[in-house]
Amino acid sequence: MVSQHEAPIPVTVVGGYLGAGKTTLVNNLLRAAAGRRLAVLVNEFGALPIDADLIEAQDDRMIAITGGCICCSYGSDLVAALIDMGRRTPKPDQILVETSGVALPGGVASALSIVAGLRLDAVLVLADAETVRERAEDRYTADTITRQLADADIVVLNKTDLLSNEARAERLAWMQTVAPQARILPTSQARVPADVLLLDGPGPVRGTVAATHAHHHVHDAGLHASEAFAIVDTVDADRLARELIDRVAGLVRAKGFVATRAGPVALQIVGRRPVIEPAPETIGTKGRLVVICVGSPVDRATVEAAIAAAR
Amino acid sequence: MTTIFRAKRIITMNPSRPEATHVAVRDGRILGAGALPELEGWGPYDLDERLADKVLTPGFVEGHSHASEGAMWRFTYCGFLDRMDPGGKVWPGACSIDAVVERLKEADAKLEAGKPLSGWGLDPIYYENSRRMTRADLDRVSTTRPIGIIHASGHILQVNSKALEMAGMLRTGINHPGVPLDAEGLPLGELKGPDAMTPVSPLVGLDRGLLATDEWGLRQFARLCVRTGVTTATDLANLLEDEAVDMMLRVSGEETFPLRLVSLRVFRNTTVAGLIDHAVRLKKRSTDRLRLGIVKIVADGSIQGFSARLKWPGYYNGAPNGLWYVPPEHLREAFRLALDAGVQIHTHTNGDEATELVLDCIEDALRKYPTPDHRFTLQHCQLADAAQYRRMRKLGMCVNLFPNHHYHWGDQHYALTVGPERAERMNPCATALANGVPMAIHSDAPVTPLGPLFTAWCAVNRRTQSGRVLGEAEKISVADALRTITLGAAYTLKLDGEIGSIETGKRADFAVLEDDPTTIAPENLKDVRVWGTVHGGKVYPAAEA
Repeated sequence: MVSQHEAPIPVTVVGGYLGAGKTTLVNNLLRAAAGRRLAVLVNEFGALPIDADLIEAQDDRMIAITGGCICCSYGSDLVAALIDMGRRTPKPDQILVETSGVALPGGVASALSIVAGLRLDAVLVLADAETVRERAEDRYTADTITRQLADADIVVLNKTDLLSNEARAERLAWMQTVAPQARILPTSQARVPADVLLLDGPGPVRGTVAATHAHHHVHDAGLHASEAFAIVDTVDADRLARELIDRVAGLVRAKGFVATRAGPVALQIVGRRPVIEPAPETIGTKGRLVVICVGSPVDRATVEAAIAAAR
Repeated sequence: MTTIFRAKRIITMNPSRPEATHVAVRDGRILGAGALPELEGWGPYDLDERLADKVLTPGFVEGHSHASEGAMWRFTYCGFLDRMDPGGKVWPGACSIDAVVERLKEADAKLEAGKPLSGWGLDPIYYENSRRMTRADLDRVSTTRPIGIIHASGHILQVNSKALEMAGMLRTGINHPGVPLDAEGLPLGELKGPDAMTPVSPLVGLDRGLLATDEWGLRQFARLCVRTGVTTATDLANLLEDEAVDMMLRVSGEETFPLRLVSLRVFRNTTVAGLIDHAVRLKKRSTDRLRLGIVKIVADGSIQGFSARLKWPGYYNGAPNGLWYVPPEHLREAFRLALDAGVQIHTHTNGDEATELVLDCIEDALRKYPTPDHRFTLQHCQLADAAQYRRMRKLGMCVNLFPNHHYHWGDQHYALTVGPERAERMNPCATALANGVPMAIHSDAPVTPLGPLFTAWCAVNRRTQSGRVLGEAEKISVADALRTITLGAAYTLKLDGEIGSIETGKRADFAVLEDDPTTIAPENLKDVRVWGTVHGGKVYPAAEA
């Protein structure tokens, strides 16, 4: 069992109905692992769905992947597989759980708390932009689809390249009504910026964040940018999270440490969900925050205004 | 060598010769049933008088049970209702939490140090004010030994503090609907569903995987079958890995093994194609006493667990709809592949929406692969409505209903899960028969006790524990019930040409009864005493089982 003082392993839940692109997304992330030890748990059987060029070695239930990642099938026993992952040496830096097509990702997320030494990072739900509305009206799958989407921090609206501009706009507007709690990322080939989903190692964020860590580029999910901010004063962390979520266009993720009157806290935003937890005292009063936006650049002025409002 | 058994009365289920006094047996099969002079034409014989004062029926066929019922008797019985163990001892029900604790204390005193204490059959729904058990209750038994009790449903595990501590779960921060917490945020000791149970089950000696290959358990199950008149029983959800099949072949192949076991490959840990392929391979390993090659798929959950898929208007208490256990696409694929490969599928559906989906999938598959006599069977199928029975008839399907639910949980269905109207139409045996849908009825042992005569009594009387009759119009006659627990169940397993009636050519499998089920008052059908069985012509008295 993982001892209490070790940092918990972050777990990303990747949900969505059959054919939504979960497997493609997982393969994309494995390609972007960049030295991180990712452990991927999949619900599938038979040939494990990992691209052949990524595979280093495999047996019935486990695949070793170039770069120290692994993939295994959990069948009907996710919790047992999670316990196994927590006991591996070296420990995985992050675990990705690909759910079955009919599972509710929220249910999978709550199962994580049963296993000591894990923490939920994000619930990602993929949807096939072409078929999701039809499935959401099907007599047998309707509630499964809408309940899956309602569990998401981030919805990846996949395969939008197959739609006309009008249909894409319509699907996006519809998705906003079905998953108002989530950030929605339209994309194709399940391409999502790796730093939206992959963390930079064990723990929510490293103690220091490069002060000028900004980059911009264009891809399927639209403009993707990540910027760092120094926060010198104490702030109300809840208020700061709320202000960022409400004000900053395209924000999918924020992570950092801030000083509050009650001491330093780790602040994270995943989609529109804030997570605020106590942080080590060594952080002092020098807060740092990285903000990641998709679909628009990080508007520095808006972020600064949000920080000012939370002072 | 021919043996002719004389009996007080033989109820044959053969309409052209419904009753007899003698039955002639050779090589484990029936030469004929009738009067002695009619049978003497088969040549020299030994007359066996041991059953001369007994009533014989065809050996009972349990169409939905689990051989793990036998293995459960390794553990301490903690149920509310009296229950007979494989040795014939009747364990009185433990009617309160205190009674359960006392019984576990006795078991604890006999158990060596360091071993976990395991129990089964708990059903707190019956306790006064439905009080739930907590880890504090089990801590009164032991604080140093891990303790776990599996609930009657099989879906909840009750544990003490030591078990939680060993599993790393005696801590705050658990946020899961299957793990209720106390005021301090620590687990109360009730672990609901596989996610919550998994970390603790192996620590308290209740690892699910071990039960499948439990040779001792299989032998105990066979003893229970002898005591309940069962000569063919299903083991409805087995992964049937090679090791388990080897063990089952070896044990069932022994000269004096008194049971024909039909073990179904459950859809788990494989793809749909892999499942059907495995079934085809398993079929080739079938023997007389171990029948393989049928597939079981679980489409939804349970009604009392609110995990069954219901059609509108859903649960009476407003609970959200249950979950699909397999994607509808996989079901559709499974029926197509099964028809193509000639594999039979039994599908667990509890809710009426799950039943509807399976009917749709089968209709679709039959259009692509028209197949007479596939006998796809719906298992439990507790909430199906009359229109669904009309479809089942047209699609050539069978149903295996669960009348024991009326007695065990009928009052809860009436008050809580589906409400009065649908509780009365649950397990509608009369509707199934009126629509000509071939029917079996079952115990789902160990969920409820193995005992076809009790199951028949439930179908005939439809009484709940509080005495309410749920669905007067769905009662069936004793004659229909007896046919259902013999030929009816055999038909769902495609064994009706071999077993299920006492007539020329069939296996010499009989239930041997002390009382006549056709003359006893229908409300006393469950009290008919079972003397033992005859299996393949060999006599197995319960007293020696």
